[in-house]
Amino acid sequence: MAAMLEVNDINVYYGAIHAIKGISFEVNEGEVVTLIGANGAGKSTTLKTISGLLHSTTGSISFQGESIVGVPPHKLVSRGLAQVPEGRAVFLQMTVEENLEMGAYTRPNAEIDPGIARVYEQFPRLKERRKQIAGTLSGGEQQMLAMGRALMSSPKLMMLDEPSMGLAPILVEQIFDIIKELHKEGTTILLVEQNARMALSVADRGYVLETGKVVTSGSGQELLDDESVKKAYLGG
Amino acid sequence: MVTFLTRLINGISLGSVYAIIALGYTMVYGIAKMLNFAHGDVIMVGAYVCFFAVSTYSLPPLVGVLLAMLLCTVLGIVIERLAYKPLRQAPSLAVLITAIGVSYFLQNGAQLLWGSNNKMFPVFLNGDALTLMGGELRVSVATVVNVVVCVVIMLVLTWFTGKTKMGKAMRACSENKAAAQLMGINVDTTISMTFAIGSALAAVAGVLYMSSYPILVPTTGSMPGIKAFTAAVFGGIGSIPGAFLGGLVLGVIEIFAGSYISTQLQNAIVFAVLIVVLLVKPTGLLGKQIREKV
Repeated sequence: MAAMLEVNDINVYYGAIHAIKGISFEVNEGEVVTLIGANGAGKSTTLKTISGLLHSTTGSISFQGESIVGVPPHKLVSRGLAQVPEGRAVFLQMTVEENLEMGAYTRPNAEIDPGIARVYEQFPRLKERRKQIAGTLSGGEQQMLAMGRALMSSPKLMMLDEPSMGLAPILVEQIFDIIKELHKEGTTILLVEQNARMALSVADRGYVLETGKVVTSGSGQELLDDESVKKAYLGG
Repeated sequence: MVTFLTRLINGISLGSVYAIIALGYTMVYGIAKMLNFAHGDVIMVGAYVCFFAVSTYSLPPLVGVLLAMLLCTVLGIVIERLAYKPLRQAPSLAVLITAIGVSYFLQNGAQLLWGSNNKMFPVFLNGDALTLMGGELRVSVATVVNVVVCVVIMLVLTWFTGKTKMGKAMRACSENKAAAQLMGINVDTTISMTFAIGSALAAVAGVLYMSSYPILVPTTGSMPGIKAFTAAVFGGIGSIPGAFLGGLVLGVIEIFAGSYISTQLQNAIVFAVLIVVLLVKPTGLLGKQIREKV
């Protein structure tokens, strides 16, 4: 079976800076795949290129067997690709419930209410705060909202960009518990993380990025046991 | 007392027209994050369209207004597509200068097409709607129409942005365009839609403005345009109730300044008040304070 997402030899530039230097990887249906690496390794750039916010000069990206190069970002959502952006990017001046409605923008109206009910079941915290303006939520709650909002589009593949960023350790654990749960339910996830230990512990497979290249890949456990990965990303 | 009330009513009437223009300004600013200085000239185009429809083709005034709205809507969308859309990634100064360029283009285009001589705008709304206080205080039909139209527009826009899917998408775009795209919202369409609404409102405002100041020339739109911009900033740019309030307050200040102080200093006083407000409260009267936990 072909992979759900296939990224093949992409190169991305920010002006003169060569940020992504020929990255290839794939995500199969039902998998949690993680891209780990330090700041500036090109993890977020890779996600933005997949979702069409940035463009690759070479190679191909295909989703469910079809090329998605050049497809504008707003059209990818209805194809089943959802992204939880870096820094969460919830709509701060809109209420929690309005944020969720925006997540279902491409879905028929009849799906909105059941979708919201499902998200509230998964994130009871959001239900308590449904009428609140998102800007008044804590960082962890905003992350939950961003994830709930992405789930509202009933994605086939959900891409998470640094969900642990800026969160207290206890909240990081909560967020990763949710990722595990989504995985159990069969959601395919591409997870970009700096917190390598957490990411690898939930991932089926992982790729290690360094200055725009994939340097190592393997199963989550293999990478956790890998000496060089341990040294560089897991604190020895 | 009667004189005071008459002036207050005149101020509210003029302010309502400013408010309608300011609503268009504020919506475009809120979503496209640009100051569309050509907005005032769309008012002028709307007024000309209505003028020709009614005076030359003898159409009923209401048809003239609808025609003006329709043409201005198209004009607004075309301006955005041709002039502003290519500059989506450009620095905001480039967009601002382009907007000034579009403004001159429209003024000179109008002069070329319709000449620079004054045209007397026909009077549609005459007579008094109300006479109060034993016939001493009169409220004209034009005033009632201005105020009612303005309030209705404000309420409809508030409902639209607060309750409809398209309106919520507009607010999402206004806050974060990249995130809005990731929701599946077509940002280009949303911006076009905003220009369409703003320009249709400008057409309405143009016709109402003409019923108070019936001399139509190609530069007719620039003064109400700049005043409405002031009103929008005054009320807190980006805020719909702010534009409404700012428009009304500005209209009243203008009339009071003209009648109690000096007609020559009228405009100077209006803009001086703006400067003071911005010094005291830089976000404007109802400017949004972004509440965010860090």
